[in-house]
Amino acid sequence: MPDEINVPDYNIPPELEGTIAITTLDRIYNWGRRYSVWPMFFGLACCAIEMIATAGARFDLARFGMEIMRPSPRQCDLMIVSGTVTKKMIPQVVRLYNQMPEPKYVLSMGACACGGGPFKRGYNVISGVDKYIPVDVYVPGCPPTPQALLFGLMKIQEKIDKQSIKEVSWYQKEEDPGIPVPILGPDLIDPRDFPELMARINKEDQA
Amino acid sequence: MKGFGIIKGLGVTLKHIYDTYAEDIKAGRKRYYTKEGVLQRRTTDTKGIFTVNYPEERLAVPENFRFVPFLVYEDEDGEKVPRCTACGICSKVCPSQCIWITRAVDQETGKPLKTPAEFYIDIDLCMNCGYCAEHCPFDAIKMDHDYELANYDRTQNNIHDKERLLKPASYYAEIRPGYYAMEQKAKAEEEAKRAARRRPRE
Amino acid sequence: MNEETKVLESFETAVLERFPDWVTPDEREGYQGLLVDPANLIDLMSSLRDELGYDHLTSLTGVDYLPDEKMEVVYHLVKSTGGPILEIKTQLPRSNPVAPSLVGLYPGAAFQEREAWDLLGIKFDGHPNLKRILMWEGFAGHPLRKDWVEAYHGEEKKPYDDRWPEGKARKIEADNPYRENVSYPEGFNPETWIPDTQELLFEGSQRFQLDDDLETEQLVVNLGPQHPSTHGVFRMVAKLEGETVVDLEPVMGYLHRNHEKIGEKNTFAMNMPYTDRLDYFCSMSNNFGYALTVEKLLGENYQPPERAQYIRVIMAELTRVLNHFMAIGFFLNDLGAYFTPALYTIKERELILDIFEAVAGSRMMCNYYRFGGVVRDLPEGMEEHIRKLVYERLPRQIDELDRYLVENEIVVARGRGVGVLTPEQAIGLSAAGPVLRASGVPYDIRRADPYSIYDRFDFDVAVRYHGDVYDRFLIRYDEIRQSIRILQQAIDGIPKGEVLANKKAYKYKMPKGEAYGRVEGPKGELGYYVVSDGTDNPWRYHVRAPSFINLTGLKQMCLGEKVADLVAILGSIDIVLGEVDR
Ligand code: SF4
Ligand code: SF4
Repeated sequence: MPDEINVPDYNIPPELEGTIAITTLDRIYNWGRRYSVWPMFFGLACCAIEMIATAGARFDLARFGMEIMRPSPRQCDLMIVSGTVTKKMIPQVVRLYNQMPEPKYVLSMGACACGGGPFKRGYNVISGVDKYIPVDVYVPGCPPTPQALLFGLMKIQEKIDKQSIKEVSWYQKEEDPGIPVPILGPDLIDPRDFPELMARINKEDQA
Repeated sequence: MKGFGIIKGLGVTLKHIYDTYAEDIKAGRKRYYTKEGVLQRRTTDTKGIFTVNYPEERLAVPENFRFVPFLVYEDEDGEKVPRCTACGICSKVCPSQCIWITRAVDQETGKPLKTPAEFYIDIDLCMNCGYCAEHCPFDAIKMDHDYELANYDRTQNNIHDKERLLKPASYYAEIRPGYYAMEQKAKAEEEAKRAARRRPRE
Repeated sequence: MNEETKVLESFETAVLERFPDWVTPDEREGYQGLLVDPANLIDLMSSLRDELGYDHLTSLTGVDYLPDEKMEVVYHLVKSTGGPILEIKTQLPRSNPVAPSLVGLYPGAAFQEREAWDLLGIKFDGHPNLKRILMWEGFAGHPLRKDWVEAYHGEEKKPYDDRWPEGKARKIEADNPYRENVSYPEGFNPETWIPDTQELLFEGSQRFQLDDDLETEQLVVNLGPQHPSTHGVFRMVAKLEGETVVDLEPVMGYLHRNHEKIGEKNTFAMNMPYTDRLDYFCSMSNNFGYALTVEKLLGENYQPPERAQYIRVIMAELTRVLNHFMAIGFFLNDLGAYFTPALYTIKERELILDIFEAVAGSRMMCNYYRFGGVVRDLPEGMEEHIRKLVYERLPRQIDELDRYLVENEIVVARGRGVGVLTPEQAIGLSAAGPVLRASGVPYDIRRADPYSIYDRFDFDVAVRYHGDVYDRFLIRYDEIRQSIRILQQAIDGIPKGEVLANKKAYKYKMPKGEAYGRVEGPKGELGYYVVSDGTDNPWRYHVRAPSFINLTGLKQMCLGEKVADLVAILGSIDIVLGEVDR
């Protein structure tokens, strides 16, 4: 019997197989969560306009329980990184991410947020927000149409469906240390890069 | 009178509420989940509820719509023969420089062939501008209509290789019937002209 | 065209004759305008302003002529009563480029000079606040200089060599993992480095005395960059006394996407889709401006055919309608009418976007104009659809929107007399578009310096006279109505025929020279300054972004207002960050 409960009628994507056991409690838990994902009201660039259009009358996020766009990270579950992330902006993006309470999801919307997009080689552009914060769903396109974004949001819901209360990170013992906030120096500096950078600078000084 | 402006404004919202129900009653069942219903909501005199219930209903994309590019192949006896001749024009016009092509080489003679060995498009860079499709002289690269590309892992899904890019000509004919017909016609004319030119020499 | 040049020449000769000692005509191939020695610049400019009536400095930018070891500052002046542009240039040595600042004469130069300093390293002597504006303080180098290379530098020019025939898809970061190009100052230690932030932020909480012995505290309030009312990633640092704003510092650059640097690597044609992403509400008018500018460079053969001219005007005006609808919606949203007006206006926008999608293929990033026309003809039935829209739907909807909130007492109370900009201030601050016209200056490029076929249409230049938030809100209604008038005439008069003057091309034979083209974008004067050195890629590509320059006046509008009005004032300017930061 327990086996049957554990057999979900969801298709589990190959990369998530083996990590998941879905029980009835999980279903209730996830059902509650999947229809109340509150995105952050946080627009970066052109894609943000399509995000607003998605919240508008024609596409209507409210049908997914997502209409409540909160400007404060403290009340959000989902960060839609909608547009080009620049070096000047990434400290704020990381900080906002750190301020969001668990469970949190990140959807990277548009070519720019996924991988730099048309501006990838620019001197002030981050080629992919996933270099700094973990991303759950990527929605390519420049800009993704509202329907493409909705498809991405449904992917988030699918992902929520597959999580198990036993294993989710936010009920584990260890505390999440957060992501170190990048620093604006002569160029953007990621604190995780300090050792390499120091080595390089020292080498240069000696030379 | 103080307050009149507010009341007038509320009248507008009230009318919108009224329209919502009035339209629903007038149009009946066929307003939702039918093709005509969706179309009606796109016309210039639409009233009432405007929402298209994706994913059950979808807005039909127009023929000109462009999302990421794909390569057209002709089906010749079950073999996929791409139309692409590896001329490299698309990779030269591409504004975000997201196309990489390697030309195939004949294994024996070492001569370059008129077909790509590899073809990559990084859709994390592509700006959906449509230049590649516009300037391709062989109608080999076209813009797709499929926008449902969201995924969990970009490293695996967002660099499209040749295999992923190739789609049959029939698919192209399906999404862009007008252009397909036009191109076929132009090709036929070209053929005819060439044939006419060849004959006198014989 | 010829007539226009003649008029311009007569203007230039007038200036030449008036100031023979100061100016010389620019005689390089393909260049126009007048050259002036930096020592005489201030004198010349003040005489131009006071005697000849060139009171509006529209654009100021720099060019790096690396081979000649020169830096050039280019000024574009107009009269606020109309007429063509006067171009003044001054050349500086590249090793130490210092030009006198024009902020005293034209306050509108403030941000543009800061931008030239930030990106090109041109110093402006006498500028009150010469700080970086788009990049952050402490950034290494001036990115638009020709010898500056970015951290992940690949190749100088597009198209890149490795793409064909032996392209290998790889990440550029792999070529240069530790950013070898970045130069770190001596003794730089990332762990102890403190970024140089705006002083204003730390100045807060100073005690100071009012006249009446009352001790108050000043408070610094920071809005943004992540704030729902700043229309994107814009930041304002306001110094408050009680609730009154006593100082304000706009901080931008959070969306600086290096449009100009990338534009100089691109070929001319490649820039077209990039212009879509400037003001992402109005990609059609951005295309329009860029196409006009490059057509100026290309010359007579690239004059678009009649039908294309009409299509261009129709698309540009639809864009204006769409943009103003959104501006109205967001403005009311900022005032607290939370989301309902925006929902109504988004609905109209969707209907217009349907047209763009069917015509150009994309809802927002249209990439529809080409040099010498537009890329494809309207699809079947589209004219009929547009006709219905502009004759029935849009007039009805704008009336409804008018009834909805224009007379609303709260909107009136929040808007009347708030954020006033007098006509003199508006001209001095180089404001453009609705902001300028709401201050009582009837300056509209479609009338003042007609381009394309705007001289054929019958319309009024919308103008309002109070210069406050409420007027800036109302003028958008007026402009929508005028645009609808133009649209109706255009859709009635559209002829049949070709839409592209020449064959489709991706490479053009560009003559040497420079061109400045401008259109009346929905947000104001959208100008492009392009310098060609005869190769496939532009040597300099500069965008005069109306949102950016309109923000110069933000401080002026906000001083003395209450903090709650800040968002209303910002909303009434209607900025788009893609264009502010580029
Ligand atoms: S992906 Fe395209 S539309 Fe989105 S922010 Fe980047 S450039 Fe703009
Ligand atoms: S659509 Fe544009 S950006 Fe994308 S591959 Fe084609 S040319 Fe390149």
